[in-house]
Amino acid sequence: MLLFSLLIISVVSFAQEKPDSYRVEMADTMRSNGRIYVVVAVALTILIGLVLYVVRIDRKISKLEREK
Amino acid sequence: MYKSWWKIASVALLIYTFTAGLLLDVPRLPALQETIRNLYFHVCMWFAMMILFTVSVVNAIRYLRTFNIKYDIYARQFAVVAIVFGLLGYLTGAIWASYTWADPNKPAINSFSTIARDPKLIGAAIALLVYFAYLILRDSIQDMDKKARISAVYNIFAYAMLFPAIWILPRILPSLHPGNEGNPALDVKNDISGNMRMIFYPAVIGWTLLGVWITTLKIRLSLLKEKGMLS
Repeated sequence: MLLFSLLIISVVSFAQEKPDSYRVEMADTMRSNGRIYVVVAVALTILIGLVLYVVRIDRKISKLEREK
Repeated sequence: MYKSWWKIASVALLIYTFTAGLLLDVPRLPALQETIRNLYFHVCMWFAMMILFTVSVVNAIRYLRTFNIKYDIYARQFAVVAIVFGLLGYLTGAIWASYTWADPNKPAINSFSTIARDPKLIGAAIALLVYFAYLILRDSIQDMDKKARISAVYNIFAYAMLFPAIWILPRILPSLHPGNEGNPALDVKNDISGNMRMIFYPAVIGWTLLGVWITTLKIRLSLLKEKGMLS
């Protein structure tokens, strides 16, 4: 599934490249396509933050269980 | 060490949901427009809720068969997390509806009363209230065995109420909510395009696994508490 998502991301990023050569394209991914990538970055940051929080709680409970 | 491959799978599926769900092409439908992407979030909340309630009722039955207090803890925590997912589904649904169902040409009060009368919303509210009553009933009984037994029986009744309230009842009445004539979110011909399924099914699995993960944390914590009380 991870491999698949990487594939999709690469396909999407290929679609971004524009043919007109006179325009200087430099690391413009975050500014293209109505800046939807910014939304993706924000949503992913929140998701990863929440996941890290859950992982921390998981670790803490594991520690408590070992102490018992 | 606990086996954690499914936790990693859950996170990977959710990351996939968030990126592909926001970036991949979706069918252009009137009124819905880009909000159809909410399928990967709002609808998944309800699917996760139904799966977690099912696990809860299975554990309630297991408790009644064995009278092992462990299963009572399982049943309770799965129900609690399912309720959280249900509330999130309700909240996201309210946001979604207010930008799609609500008619900007009508006065706000008018269109609000149409939305609030929708049978799907009322059915979901009934289902959630039945489960709120489950928690209240549980916590109002002091005796541990009595609490476990009564709430396990109530859990079965609540589960029997869940599907009529959220699936059958709204279909008998006219509803704004999509999916009255078929299966919402699963009907490729009318609701979604085929490639939306490539994100929708992984999303359901990812969200459900996240719910299970949180539930296991709650279960482990309450088992620890239980041990502390006994020793």
